[in-house]
Amino acid sequence: MVDRPQIRHGEHSDWGIPGTYVFDHTRARTGYELNRLAYSLTQPQNREAFRQDEAAYIGRYALTEAQRAAIGRRDWLALTKEHGGNIYYIYKLGATLGFGLYQMGAQMRGESYEDFLNSRRAKGAR
Amino acid sequence: MAKIVAGIGSSHVPSFGPAYDAQKFDEPDWKPLFDGYAPVKAWLHESVQPDIAIFVYNDHGSDFSLARVPTFAIGVRDVYEQADEGFGIRPLPPVPGHADFSWFLAKELIDREFDLTVCQEMKVDHGLMAPLPLLFTHAPLWNVRVVPLIVNVIQHPLPTARRCFRLGRAIAQAVAAYPADLKVVVVGTGGMSHQLHGERFGYLSEEFDARWLDLIEHDPEQLCRMSHREIMAVAGAEAVELIMWLVMRGALSAKVERRHRNYYAPMTTGMGLLSLVPT
Repeated sequence: MVDRPQIRHGEHSDWGIPGTYVFDHTRARTGYELNRLAYSLTQPQNREAFRQDEAAYIGRYALTEAQRAAIGRRDWLALTKEHGGNIYYIYKLGATLGFGLYQMGAQMRGESYEDFLNSRRAKGAR
Repeated sequence: MAKIVAGIGSSHVPSFGPAYDAQKFDEPDWKPLFDGYAPVKAWLHESVQPDIAIFVYNDHGSDFSLARVPTFAIGVRDVYEQADEGFGIRPLPPVPGHADFSWFLAKELIDREFDLTVCQEMKVDHGLMAPLPLLFTHAPLWNVRVVPLIVNVIQHPLPTARRCFRLGRAIAQAVAAYPADLKVVVVGTGGMSHQLHGERFGYLSEEFDARWLDLIEHDPEQLCRMSHREIMAVAGAEAVELIMWLVMRGALSAKVERRHRNYYAPMTTGMGLLSLVPT
């Protein structure tokens, strides 16, 4: 494991905006390895390797058990809220696993994809 | 001498890309967006005819990683390839740059105490590629050369709104010092209101966006006074990208004339478009 402070849930900054987890120094530190993994998926051969053997691929990075479990659950809210994932990076993980941004967003809001789309003004613009 | 002939404010929503590539110009849910851009694209092509577009945008973890995060960075290449953002690249030609002009700009800006990271390797992501074909033609080659100017709006601490405006001022001075007669437009991209994470995913504020479009034209000082937290609270966390529009506005004269304004908010992001000319 890398030598870094283990910042636990609740120790991340709260900017006082509901439902919002600002990517500041607390999350940037917690999520560094997680975001590094996600960034690696900008390479097509890495996406292929990830899909072929997810556990082995994740094993190349010094993630915490909780981070590994959150990826396993495809838990986009936990990854961005508790585990320091930045949404632009985590989106690459989602895309590699076949999730669109709006599907990830619906899950973070706690609603179905259909319900989310129906809350939009012109859902064809996606 | 080079001259700034126009400023453009534009969202850079990634979904512009697949919609443009599939030519969904007349689909009812996309038409209000493309109809807004068409006159601006024609105006740029027929009237303004810029040689160079300075594109102020942010990389989204596409080419830059979190290993090193420059607050401001500038590309100094003669050609830019697209970055793979996790799902391949779009069927568009590489984008021409202008290395001589870009290096000149870098030197002049650093002399003016804006210490940009100078990049001889850089790939461009949707921050630039989403609006580019909506504003410029590629038949088959692009009708403009770009200078990518990157701002960190992802990993806090971010540069302040006022700092972005002042960077624009310095860009205006630097462009005016360039010895060749080039016409330059500055494109400030990003926003408008949107949030892409947390339970508040999908939040947007048409009211905030309308106010921003008014103030960026008439009273950018009010926007310079906004804190990041204030913007994120009122307009959604990812709306903080809008500070990049202030780079564009700072590069123009105090008084400007508006040529175009468009706004559409179909999904999760306020899609704004504004064109201004110096007076």
